Amino acid sequence: MRPIAALALCLALAGGPALAAGDTTPPKSVDWPHGGPFGTFDRAALQRGFLVYKQVCAACHGLRQVAYRNLNEIGFNEAQVKVLAAEVEVQDGPNDQGEMFNRPGRPSDRFRSPFANPQAARAANNGALPPDLSLITKARAGGGGYIYSLLTGYRNPPAEVKLAEGMSYNPYFAGRQIAMAPPLNEGAVEFADGTKAGVEQMAWDVTTFLAWAAEPEMEARKRMGVKVILFLLVLTGVLYAVKRKVWAEVH
Amino acid sequence: MGIQTNNSIVKWIEYRLPVFSTLNHSLIDYPTPRNLNYWYNFGSLAGVCLVVQIITGIVLAMHYTPHASMAFDSTEHIMRDVNYGWLLRYIHANGASMFFLVVYIHIFRGLYYGSYKMPRELLWWLGIVILLLMMATAFMGYVLPWGQMSFWGATVITNLFSAIPLVGTPIVEWLWGGFAVGNATLSRFYSLHYLLPFVIVGLVMLHLLALHQHKSNNPLGIDIKGPQDTIPFHPYYTAKDLFGLGVFAIVFAGFVFFAPNYLGHPDNYIEANPLVTPAHIVPEWYLLPFYAILRSIPDKFLGVVAMFASIFVLFLLPWLDTSRVRSATFRPIYKQVFWLLLICCVALGWVGANPPEGIYLVVGRIATTFYFLFFLVLMPLIGWFERPRPLPESIGASVAKTGGGAPADAHAKPEGRV
Repeated sequence: MRPIAALALCLALAGGPALAAGDTTPPKSVDWPHGGPFGTFDRAALQRGFLVYKQVCAACHGLRQVAYRNLNEIGFNEAQVKVLAAEVEVQDGPNDQGEMFNRPGRPSDRFRSPFANPQAARAANNGALPPDLSLITKARAGGGGYIYSLLTGYRNPPAEVKLAEGMSYNPYFAGRQIAMAPPLNEGAVEFADGTKAGVEQMAWDVTTFLAWAAEPEMEARKRMGVKVILFLLVLTGVLYAVKRKVWAEVH
Repeated sequence: MGIQTNNSIVKWIEYRLPVFSTLNHSLIDYPTPRNLNYWYNFGSLAGVCLVVQIITGIVLAMHYTPHASMAFDSTEHIMRDVNYGWLLRYIHANGASMFFLVVYIHIFRGLYYGSYKMPRELLWWLGIVILLLMMATAFMGYVLPWGQMSFWGATVITNLFSAIPLVGTPIVEWLWGGFAVGNATLSRFYSLHYLLPFVIVGLVMLHLLALHQHKSNNPLGIDIKGPQDTIPFHPYYTAKDLFGLGVFAIVFAGFVFFAPNYLGHPDNYIEANPLVTPAHIVPEWYLLPFYAILRSIPDKFLGVVAMFASIFVLFLLPWLDTSRVRSATFRPIYKQVFWLLLICCVALGWVGANPPEGIYLVVGRIATTFYFLFFLVLMPLIGWFERPRPLPESIGASVAKTGGGAPADAHAKPEGRV
């Protein structure tokens, strides 16, 4: 219902007074390489984005639907995936003595979440709950454009806005006050391919990575879609010819 | 009525169980009006949708876990780990939308050509019951992924029953299987979501049985008078239906492969959380007009009554429409009002997608009023006062006169043919 949402937005804007301080700025519309019917993920951006997630976001945000083995799909080889998985400790068990134990992660494990439960997450984050990011680009209106806008949208608050304790100003977030401090800082990570780690660059890359995490099937889906539609166009053409032929004598 | 064959196995079976002659009777030799236009494709398309939903649904059920703590993750398991699970789920989710799209067109076609009139009243009734069951099935299916919209949609809709005086709350708790939407609700919705499609299959059989009793209506709305008015279903309408199916499949595939979440709501990719209410709770698009009617009425109980009445009024249609002429083609006034009704239903859908305030509430109330005005007042009055244009003598004659082109399309002009 996006056209309707857009229409509603126009009406809201035309309404004037409706645009109070609490309203949000519509997300930037971003032209992603993975957008459109033929778009594919930028592999280099995916790997850089994974690094940003791992070194920055993963401190607070889980990615529990994704398994380490899935990293194969964005260009890490099996040996690299094993190493990446083994960097975390996961709880397993019970063993033969009936006790739970920790072991290094395996490629078949899902990404370990930073907190054991939502309560622990809130306790460590000033009462706010950092959402799991597995589906984040599908779970927000505006999708990747919203995530990118949010990550690059931190500003100094206008004079009339009073921020609550521990909050940051971000016009793209509902209510414009967000509990997450600006997560990306210039040079926060060091990219292996020499790309300069500016805020916009990191936001772009991590959003690309999260778009993949949410829709790992996207490329296969579009590839299949093109074939299916081409096949159906030919088939439907043939069926139309058949229909004309069959009906010729009735007309 | 028997079937001509030299195949001894077919003969052996046919002698004991007349399946071949039955199929021949209802799908091959079946006499069909020769002037059906493409709007008559949507009945068979609806049947295809039902089959697609049942097949994909059965496979999805093999991988899905109906438990409040596992449903969301098992849906993601289907999307990520099951071979072509994403394809199955996207076909099933978008298939529901396609099913409703097709059925709504099918219903409006019936409204335009007067397909509900004598002697097809029970055919029409069966169709409405199918629509009601479809709505129930789709609603319960939307709950299964156990996202935020699943949970809160279920909460809002089941709570409607609490508007019933005295017994409302006990009924709602009985529906929930507890004191809130929870695991018991999910389990029973899953069970019913699996059951109801097969009930729909049974009703579709009856729908076809009723259809074949007096045969299809047609764009002229006049009765079949003899063999010159009909052609056998096969090969004419099998060929036409298959071409329509091809076009439909292209649209369907466009959604499944290139915009699989366009018709969904982003909040349903957030796991259900009873402690966090979404800013706007909206049902799927195909229920929005009814949701708009519900919210146009300031009183909860009357709103619920109006919402149910908006569907139940359709049962009375064969008697509310007092005109003896079926097809709107020959009804100059009804034809205009019909399009107003269609616009009104689209407007209600738009209103239903938005919060009930300001312009939405105004438009919603006007459209709701017009909706009931159309059925309860305009239909009987127009039938009495309207002067229909003269009807053609027969389907065959009409086709012969228009000659060439499509078989007497909807806009065949009968003037000058008294």
